[in-house]
Amino acid sequence: MTRLKTWFRSGSPWIWLNAGAVSISIVLVVGLLLMIAVRGLGHFWPAALVEMEVSENGQTLTLVGELRDSEQVHGTVLSESGYPGADPAAMYTRLLVKTGNRDLYGSDFRWVMEQDLRNRRYPPQLLAVERREWGVLYGYLAQVRENGQVVASGDGAWQVLQQRSRRALELYQRIRHLEQSDIGAINHQLERLRLKERRRQLDGELDAQTQAYLAAARSDLQSQYQQHMSRQEQLYQQIARDSVVIRTVDGREVEVPLSKVVRSYRPNTMSVFAKIGFYGEKLWEFMADEPREANTEGGIFPAIFGTVMMVIIMTLIVTPFGVIAAIYMREYARQGLLTRIIRIAVNNLAGVPAIVYGVFGLGFFVYFLGGNLDQLFFPEALPAPTIGTPGLLWSAVTLALLTVPVVIVATEEGLSRVPRNIREGSLALGATKAETLWRTVLPMASPAIMTGMILAIARAAGEVAPLMLVGVVKLAPSLPLDGNAPFLHLDRKFMHLGFHIYDVGFQSPNVEAARPLVYATALLLVLVIVVLNLAAISIRNRLREKYRALES
Amino acid sequence: MLNRIQIRDAQARRWRLRLFKEHLARYCMGIGGIAVIAAIALIFIYLVKVVIPLFMPASLEARASYPAPGGHAAATLYLAMEEQNEVGLRVTADGRVLFFKVADGMPVAEYPLPLPPRTQITAFTVSDEVQGQLAFGLSNGTVLLVRHSYQSSYPDGRRVITPLLEYPLGEQPLLIDSKHRPLRQLAAQGADDQVTVTAWTEDGRLLFSHLQRGESLFDEPAPLQQQTQLLEAASIRPDFMLLDREQRSLYLANRSGEAQYFDVTDKAAPRLIETLALTDGAQLTGVRFLTGQVSLLAAESNGRISQWFKVRDEQNQSHLQKIRQFRAQRSPISALAAEYGRKGFIAADEAGKVGIYYTTSERVLKVQRLVAQPITHLAIGPRANGLLAEDRDGALHAWAIDNPHPEISMKALWGKIWYEGYQAPEYVWQSTSANSDFEPKLSFMPLAFGTLKAAFYAMLLAVPLAIMGAIYTASFMAPRMRRVVKPGIEIMEALPTVILGFLAGLWLAPVVEDNLPGIITMLIVVPLGIVAFAFVWQRLPPDVRGRVPEGWDAALLIPVVVILGWAAVASSPWLEVAFFDGSMRHWMADELGIDYDQRNALVVGLAMGFAVIPTIFSMAEDAIFSVPKHLWNGSLALGATPWQTLTRVVLLTASPGIFAAIMIGFGRAIGETMIVLMATGNTAVMDPSIFQGMRTLSANIAVEMPESEVASSHYRLLFLAALILFAFTFVFNTLGEVVRQHLRRKYSNL
Repeated sequence: MTRLKTWFRSGSPWIWLNAGAVSISIVLVVGLLLMIAVRGLGHFWPAALVEMEVSENGQTLTLVGELRDSEQVHGTVLSESGYPGADPAAMYTRLLVKTGNRDLYGSDFRWVMEQDLRNRRYPPQLLAVERREWGVLYGYLAQVRENGQVVASGDGAWQVLQQRSRRALELYQRIRHLEQSDIGAINHQLERLRLKERRRQLDGELDAQTQAYLAAARSDLQSQYQQHMSRQEQLYQQIARDSVVIRTVDGREVEVPLSKVVRSYRPNTMSVFAKIGFYGEKLWEFMADEPREANTEGGIFPAIFGTVMMVIIMTLIVTPFGVIAAIYMREYARQGLLTRIIRIAVNNLAGVPAIVYGVFGLGFFVYFLGGNLDQLFFPEALPAPTIGTPGLLWSAVTLALLTVPVVIVATEEGLSRVPRNIREGSLALGATKAETLWRTVLPMASPAIMTGMILAIARAAGEVAPLMLVGVVKLAPSLPLDGNAPFLHLDRKFMHLGFHIYDVGFQSPNVEAARPLVYATALLLVLVIVVLNLAAISIRNRLREKYRALES
Repeated sequence: MLNRIQIRDAQARRWRLRLFKEHLARYCMGIGGIAVIAAIALIFIYLVKVVIPLFMPASLEARASYPAPGGHAAATLYLAMEEQNEVGLRVTADGRVLFFKVADGMPVAEYPLPLPPRTQITAFTVSDEVQGQLAFGLSNGTVLLVRHSYQSSYPDGRRVITPLLEYPLGEQPLLIDSKHRPLRQLAAQGADDQVTVTAWTEDGRLLFSHLQRGESLFDEPAPLQQQTQLLEAASIRPDFMLLDREQRSLYLANRSGEAQYFDVTDKAAPRLIETLALTDGAQLTGVRFLTGQVSLLAAESNGRISQWFKVRDEQNQSHLQKIRQFRAQRSPISALAAEYGRKGFIAADEAGKVGIYYTTSERVLKVQRLVAQPITHLAIGPRANGLLAEDRDGALHAWAIDNPHPEISMKALWGKIWYEGYQAPEYVWQSTSANSDFEPKLSFMPLAFGTLKAAFYAMLLAVPLAIMGAIYTASFMAPRMRRVVKPGIEIMEALPTVILGFLAGLWLAPVVEDNLPGIITMLIVVPLGIVAFAFVWQRLPPDVRGRVPEGWDAALLIPVVVILGWAAVASSPWLEVAFFDGSMRHWMADELGIDYDQRNALVVGLAMGFAVIPTIFSMAEDAIFSVPKHLWNGSLALGATPWQTLTRVVLLTASPGIFAAIMIGFGRAIGETMIVLMATGNTAVMDPSIFQGMRTLSANIAVEMPESEVASSHYRLLFLAALILFAFTFVFNTLGEVVRQHLRRKYSNL
């Protein structure tokens, strides 16, 4: 007992408690990253399909699906939720099954009690068909049809299905290309002609010659449009040729046109290598494809693209201005009370809530600046705003303002670490101040500038709250960069990884189905940001080593 | 010779170029640097600029004065304007309805009312100003309902407004008094299927008449069925009578301020609820409804105007309650006009002054003399941007009003406000509405409370963990481990909060809900377990202890923390069975009366605490680590234990730095948006319970800003919220920063 007392009086338990705080922090950090990684990466692995019998309320039905989750539930909770015959003192295991077939069952998921399950089995012929609408369909392959005629049926139809799926996918790609690039370009040009006409009209220069020219250009575009439309019609007819009939486990037959099928696979027959291949394919789809089904399926390419685009533009704005401001404050401004106050103010701006920048961006950039620019330069499109609406440019500018303190602080630190004797040496040799800066100081400070830039990018890539006000949308119809002049569309709204997480996780009607995708998106975002930060840290460390060598 | 000159010229040119470059660089840097700093200052200036109009008074501007159209022969009964303030309406006592141009008084149209021969108008009332419905009581005991409306057309691109007059019940007046006595006072509501009329006859009877359309058998509408009864409970001779649009409440009042309130929901049996005094001694000069017809405005001869509405007490009995009063004018109030779309009104007095008021915010936005004579009639434009006043000499005066943001005042933002339909003054945030009768409730208190509550619970988790972690990392941890741990935790500062919010809302909230006792147990068991493990470890043989080098204790504790945490959560179902009858949430609701909201302050505290830990940890660690080593060594050399040295020497020296770290962490928690947006239900409740959600200022901006109309009061109010966040975090950060710089100077002196 006395030993315990002396031990407490030595203060050693407190030290251990402090150590415990560190351990808890580490466990939290690592646990969080691990959880995101496991859940995000696990999403793409083809899970085995279980067929089982469930006896509920005296009836037995057969279910097919993936086991997604399990939880322990207490008997009282069960009986309250209407499960008959639960023992209030016992614990039960409940399983979450992804049953797919949303068009037939009304939802993708259902909870079943483990004790009600009988006869779990993994039939190799079980087929999963990913569709463009209504999610995944589980069942047995019954027939493959061509124009309504059966061309193959039973297990032998698998090969036929694969062949014809490939053809359908290829046609689908061609249709999409036609619609997005060719027809989209014509629509774009028509709109430009309309704006041109309106512009001339506003300027009072719409004469007969221009009108004739416009009419000719229009009819030319119209005829091209007709051609494309007939081509599109043909392709649609071709793709509508085949369909597949799936017999679900409760005996219903569902006919799915192959134009609606993304892929079909039999997870229970896949070897490990096939599964790895499938995993890679899904991962590629995730990174490079467009979202489907209100962002809950498919890829997140537009969000990645939008994030990258926005960050690049932001970097182009923030780096020169941040560096110039830092040079001014460190090298040119008189070092007095005012400079110190400004320095503290700049420092503090990094701590001002991001949403405040969003409010400012919306009010000042979008409505005030954008609205006035519209009046000046785009009167032909009014009252529809051209640049006076949330978009890519204003998002980049707002985030540039948000991250400029980061760049200033990092650059200033770099400048202050450049040893005095180097500057003095350069000046003594007759170089002007500008030459000294440009030839010696800035190159030595460049790693610090890099660090600031990377930190700014890392911060900007993860910021969502201001973007919700100044330009992000859940689903952008087109990328901000495309083949139509002027190629880079700064006025367009864009998709963003962080907003994607918020939107799919909280605004989506089918959260349960979308959740793995959100984990994967979160993992991607975390990876990008952690890598950027590690890069900044290692550059900073190397920089310090370099100057330590110089100073000695 | 020539060569040398050339060389010198070339040299001079080069010099000039270099000098030019030097100057150019200087100017560019100067301009660029100042521009960036100005841009940063612009944020603050712009926010203030948007917010300032909220607190500006209203202004009045004269547009025109002219003699009342239609001449002075007959007195004015009623004045009104249509929405564009272009066409005005004057109803005279001899039964003419005159439409005229507000700008110059030129007549537009004149309609005589279809009065039966040898009858006069003896009573007049406005049923519903917004719908333009008026009612006239006639000398033969009948009532005529009239509605005025306007049509806009655009021939040749110019707007032409055509006034129209309709008779909802036909041009044939409706008989109320079977004795055909003149009606002296009138209140009437309704048009199509249900009409209620109350009339005070010349011989002192109060008639209550209800008309309802019966079941229609064929396509044509069934006739109205009328029931008239005598209201004998009326004990005062009414000078003012008001019936609300819902046809449920009837108010009578006389000039000496006595009033009676009837519940007429049951048309067959109207009930007298109470008799009360609307004034304390002064004469009552006018009574009218505020828009929405819930509140009464009572104007007095001493210039006071009071607002009253029905309030339900504990017995669920409603009675008229005086809510607030205004006393900005001194002369008897002679005319009142209520805004159509907001809860504001204008009062004119016998000194020719006009006051612009707003009830909810209790603001007097302007008191200004319009004319020298008493004002007898007042009309307000439906958009509250113009007024029309008639003075005693029969001249009309048109004024423009600029009063865009009357709803906001310090009282409305931060005080308890008694809103229409509420039992008592309350703090409420409810900014959006379905219709214009709705009273916007714009109290920042629930939002500020939610912000501080979220930040408080976050700090409750973050401060102990971060500070204790910083103490250990800076003082006791092995350098090799520190080099990994510190950047590892710091990187978490850059983790996008949208990810934390997503995890908190979709993963943590259900987990906490399902394992509530486990989570609470974890908070107790983990620290105790750590101390217990330490004690056991201390008593292990030295050769076992020696395998773990000094300063690696934290690594040793990681498995302890993981196992204890897991065990606590895993034991949750059994704990619920053993102590809480199977479900802690139900148990709390039944036994303690605590409601449980899935996305609550506990979840927010955990998630946002996690987000704030790196900020506090990093700065506190810096502060402790930079305490000069000779202080440590001196104290240890004098025989103090490491713990004594830490608490009595090091922490004391570093305490300003730790304080600064906490402040900056707090600033971050205040402004955090995505976590609270996703991890709370975003309901603006003021409940300190850890199991209830909240709505913060920042989340409120994120939710409401996209739908806010530019330059509206709501829009400016959200800017004010942003400005408050800005100022708050800026002050906290500056304080922290100043403390840190001070500390840095102090250390360099040591």
